[in-house]
Amino acid sequence: MSYVSLTINGVMVTVPKGTTVLNAAREAGVFIPTFCHDPNIPRFGACRICVVEIPGMRNLPASCVTEATEGMEVYTESPAVVEARKTILELLLANHPQDCLTCEKNGDCRLQDYAFRYSVKEAGFKGESKDYPLDDTNPYIIRDANKCILCGRCVRTCNAIPDRSVIDFGYRGFNTKIVTAMDTPLGESDCVYCGRCVTVCPVGALAWKPLAGKGRTWEMARQDVTCTFCDSGCVFEVLSKDGKNVGVIPKASGNGRPLCLKGRLGLELKYLDDPPPPYLKKDGEFAQVSWAEALGLEDILAKLDNKG
Amino acid sequence: MASCKCEQNLESQYQELQKVFDKYRTVQGALIPLLQEAQEIFGYLPGDVMKKISREIGVPFSKTFGVATFYSQFHLKPRGRNIIRLCQGTACHVRGAAKVFEAVSNDLGVDRNETTEDRRYTLETVACLGACGLAPVMMVNDDTHGRLTPDKAIAEIKKYD
Amino acid sequence: MKSLLDKCCEKCTHGPQTPCRDFIKCRKTGPICHDDEACRQKRQNALSDIHLTKGSEKKNILICAGTGCTSSGSRKLVEVLQEELQKHGLTDKIKITITGCHGFCEQGPLMIVEPDKTFYVRVQDSDVAEIVEQNLVGGQVVERLLYKDPNTGEPAETYESVPFYAKQQRLVLHNCGHINPEDVAEYIANDGYAGFVKALLDMTPEEVIEDVKKSGLRGRGGAGFPTGMKWSFVRQATGDKKYVVCNADEGDPGAFMDRSVLEGDPHAVLEGMLICGYAVGADEGYIYVRAEYPLAIERLKIAIAQAEQYGILGDNIFNTGFNFHIKIKAGAGAFVCGEETALLTSIEGNRGMPRVRPPFPAQKGLWGKPTNLNNVETYANVPYILRHGGDNYAKLGTEKSKGTKIFALTGKVNNTGLVEVPMGMTMRDIIFTIGGGIQGGKKYKAVQIGGPSGGCIPEENLDLPVDYDSLTAAGAMMGSGGLVVMDETTCMVDVARFFLTFTQSESCGKCTPCREGTKRMLEILTRICDGEGNMEDLDTLERLGRVVKNTALCGLGQTCPNPILSTLRYFKDEYIAHIRDKRCPAGVCPNLLVYKIDQEKCKGCTKCAKNCPAGAITGEKKEPHTIDTEKCIKCGACLQGCKFNAIYKA
Ligand SMILES: Cc1cc2nc3c(=O)[nH]c(=O)nc-3n(C[C@H](O)[C@H](O)[C@H](O)COP(=O)(O)O)c2cc1C
Ligand code: SF4
Ligand code: SF4
Ligand code: SF4
Ligand code: SF4
Ligand code: SF4
Ligand code: SF4
Ligand code: FES
Ligand code: FES
Ligand code: FES
Repeated sequence: MSYVSLTINGVMVTVPKGTTVLNAAREAGVFIPTFCHDPNIPRFGACRICVVEIPGMRNLPASCVTEATEGMEVYTESPAVVEARKTILELLLANHPQDCLTCEKNGDCRLQDYAFRYSVKEAGFKGESKDYPLDDTNPYIIRDANKCILCGRCVRTCNAIPDRSVIDFGYRGFNTKIVTAMDTPLGESDCVYCGRCVTVCPVGALAWKPLAGKGRTWEMARQDVTCTFCDSGCVFEVLSKDGKNVGVIPKASGNGRPLCLKGRLGLELKYLDDPPPPYLKKDGEFAQVSWAEALGLEDILAKLDNKG
Repeated sequence: MASCKCEQNLESQYQELQKVFDKYRTVQGALIPLLQEAQEIFGYLPGDVMKKISREIGVPFSKTFGVATFYSQFHLKPRGRNIIRLCQGTACHVRGAAKVFEAVSNDLGVDRNETTEDRRYTLETVACLGACGLAPVMMVNDDTHGRLTPDKAIAEIKKYD
Repeated sequence: MKSLLDKCCEKCTHGPQTPCRDFIKCRKTGPICHDDEACRQKRQNALSDIHLTKGSEKKNILICAGTGCTSSGSRKLVEVLQEELQKHGLTDKIKITITGCHGFCEQGPLMIVEPDKTFYVRVQDSDVAEIVEQNLVGGQVVERLLYKDPNTGEPAETYESVPFYAKQQRLVLHNCGHINPEDVAEYIANDGYAGFVKALLDMTPEEVIEDVKKSGLRGRGGAGFPTGMKWSFVRQATGDKKYVVCNADEGDPGAFMDRSVLEGDPHAVLEGMLICGYAVGADEGYIYVRAEYPLAIERLKIAIAQAEQYGILGDNIFNTGFNFHIKIKAGAGAFVCGEETALLTSIEGNRGMPRVRPPFPAQKGLWGKPTNLNNVETYANVPYILRHGGDNYAKLGTEKSKGTKIFALTGKVNNTGLVEVPMGMTMRDIIFTIGGGIQGGKKYKAVQIGGPSGGCIPEENLDLPVDYDSLTAAGAMMGSGGLVVMDETTCMVDVARFFLTFTQSESCGKCTPCREGTKRMLEILTRICDGEGNMEDLDTLERLGRVVKNTALCGLGQTCPNPILSTLRYFKDEYIAHIRDKRCPAGVCPNLLVYKIDQEKCKGCTKCAKNCPAGAITGEKKEPHTIDTEKCIKCGACLQGCKFNAIYKA
């Protein structure tokens, strides 16, 4: 493998050829904020929060999609970069509800973290902001399009499983929105509630309904568990508060790890002290079902029963 | 152009759509031309038609919807028999296109992208029709009309039933 | 042999399945494979029908059927002319040719009598009989239908003597308006496909690229990238399959040069693409045409069908083993699809959201294959370069910008239309000599060049020689070449707002700075136009403009602040007048206007008081009236109605 050497804020770094500037910086322990970048899904380069200054390059390139080259000089916190990041954050906040106090994502939100880091106190621009109804008509996922920053991670991760591909970008420009087919609520779409999208959302636009109001993120203890319902071996986290297990959420949808609803429900039954009742869609409506039905174990249980 | 096609020939419209599918069976990147042809047939893009197109070419329905809502040519609601496209491009703007728009909009009682109640007209705006020499300009269906004044525009529009 | 391109006799074997290497040459100087005087004569007769010589018995009437003239009624002229010719038994001697745009649409419908070059403007149905009787039968020019200089009233008998054309150098537009775009024979008779034949038969692909490099041709789609260099990247890219794509999305409001080329000379674009395909090693081409251009699409379809019919497109072209096919893709209404990566992804059937570059299309383009993408006008320059050699082409223009450029001259100028001039001509020459100056004798304020991604050129820069680099240095941009002339009655803040309205509604929404930033910039500009701005807004605009320019993903976002930054640079006082004095110096922004009655002129007829829907006007009969500016809703009804011109805006 061939290597290239570059400087990041004056410090020399050597990385394999083909590495992005973002990864080179991370290698060197230099922080660069990101919203739309996710190493497991196709690159997108849309949020532009990760811009850096590289003398000789036109404009401020996005570090997550720029390849490090030999002799490159990178500045990650130059005045132009800081001005750009602050402005981008102000722009995002100008079109975002000021709702951190009650937001499920409070404490684990990138928008909040970066606003803090770059001391962006308020929106900075007044004007129109989006005003979509909350989508909480299904038992599992709450979508708040007003909090969405259109990073597209949910779309890319959902579309990584071709026969899901339930959501996509819809409309255009300022009206761009993540939509299901015909822009229906998620509950009316073909969504399978695997939660891949929820695991990747950097802000509070997607949240777990079963966990709503169960506790703030810093109050929760986390423990990794592996699902054994199928060979994929997806990893989940069991969340507990005050010694009581309150929820199970997928940790990450790694490569080739599809995640699914059945797996999560099974783990809820296994780990939770007080598992919420499972729901499945029947004739287009959600209905509470037995655990056996939710986990597809009715036949087996019937057989076990017969055997006595 | 989009002329009124009522419920009765829905079946024949679907038959026509089927023929279009055959034409595009081996074409790469068929989604957009299919939506264009479907809109020619139905006058707009009903949800069921988009769903059928998605199934037929194996594209997720969510993507078809995303594409249809991206391009301004596609319409998800029925439109009027006559489509008025008033240019609001640069050349037309500096020669008073805004006044023409206002007059037409008042006369028809509809705003941008709206259809009159009798479905006779849909009013749209477009940024440059490439006939700037005749600014201000509009297209009604496939006909271009230039050197408009508010009165002339209204008079021309009245000629389309 | 009905057409120049038909077989002269059974000995000619050329056809798409059995192509002949010498087809194009043979039709003009042949026959080549056999010796037959009768066959030679047939060819020469067909050619001389196309090229009438001065004093010839036969005449050719050119009627413009471009979009402009069609909307002014030229189709009807054709019918009436046909009838008249029949009436006078002239149908054998006089041919009617329907052409594409001449570029002088404002004077349309245009009619030209060849070979005399007689140039009739604004011809109405009722004028046709007179033209036939007086000119075609009687040999006398109909003077009242000639173009007259708006300043001197001097009539111009031929198009060559019209000042609008006299200073132009029509190299790309050479055929536009002079040949029938629906007949490939006329194109070939006018040196068409000679450049392609030379490339294909006498040159290696590398030599072709070398020649294009030597010509110094730069992309006409906006950025001005050297075309030969782009071609060599595609040539060098590894791949079993390559594509050639023509960008005919022309979405720039105020620009219509690509449309005119497609409508008036479609084969020039096909020929350019063929040469490119041969040079880069591609066998398939796409033309992405804007949906709003139905006539251009129609003409292209006809051109492609005819080229296929004569074996100019297809497999084993002229028996050389070179294959090339061209398909048309109609856009669906999104300006951003003019951006190259958005265009390619749109052809693939996706939302037209730009992708990050690199990889550039030359490496990974359409369906992941190396792709050469150029603009319509760029391709249309290529046949000329091949025919005359890159060196000769490079003699035209400035040091770093070679050849000619077509501009769409519009706005408050006397002669609006398409003008083609050598690079380096001054803006003053373009606007005042060719364009005939400002309409109504008003004062020039600025010209906006490059549309929503460009900037404005004020009076003090009028003598700038126009080329890619000088425009960029002046804070504007060549863009596609739209020139919108503005006078003292144009408000520059309103112009900036106009362009932002456009870019804001055309932003694809993918990246944050453009999606959110255009919205905020537009909101600020709207506030300023409404008289609700404050001085800090100017700093905010500059900062937003700078950040959006520096961080947006694609060219749309990177250039959309230009109209703001350039008007702020040259016309900051107009912004300040809106903010501080709540005044629009040009008298455009409705919220900042007050309607007033000139007490000297008012006769007290009371009409305005009756017309005013807000009851804002009071006064005694036969006494001067006054307007209560608090009540006035600025509808303008009083002003339109006053017979004594007593009402004015200030
Ligand atoms: C927003 C945007 C719109 C564009 N529109 C056009 C267009 O309508 N026609 C065009 O030829 N190029 C357009 N371009 C430029 C193309 O991206 C590309 O540079 C050009 O087609 C390359 O061809 P050329 O090298 O021959 O100029 C546009 C670019 C941007 C960023
Ligand atoms: S998404 Fe983040 S920034 Fe937005 S309200 Fe929730 S915690 Fe606050
Ligand atoms: S839950 Fe799964 S299927 Fe549903 S939208 Fe999210 S990723 Fe797609
Ligand atoms: S919902 Fe979340 S992951 Fe999806 S685009 Fe919005 S912010 Fe990104
Ligand atoms: S979550 Fe679903 S896909 Fe993942 S391991 Fe469990 S059963 Fe398999
Ligand atoms: S700059 Fe604008 S048009 Fe270009 S990718 Fe970003 S949002 Fe889309
Ligand atoms: S219409 Fe004119 S003249 Fe008559 S009262 Fe009004 S301002 Fe005076
Ligand atoms: S993280 Fe790099 S552009 Fe979004
Ligand atoms: S701006 Fe209206 S036709 Fe070009
Ligand atoms: S359309 Fe006739 S001159 Fe342009």
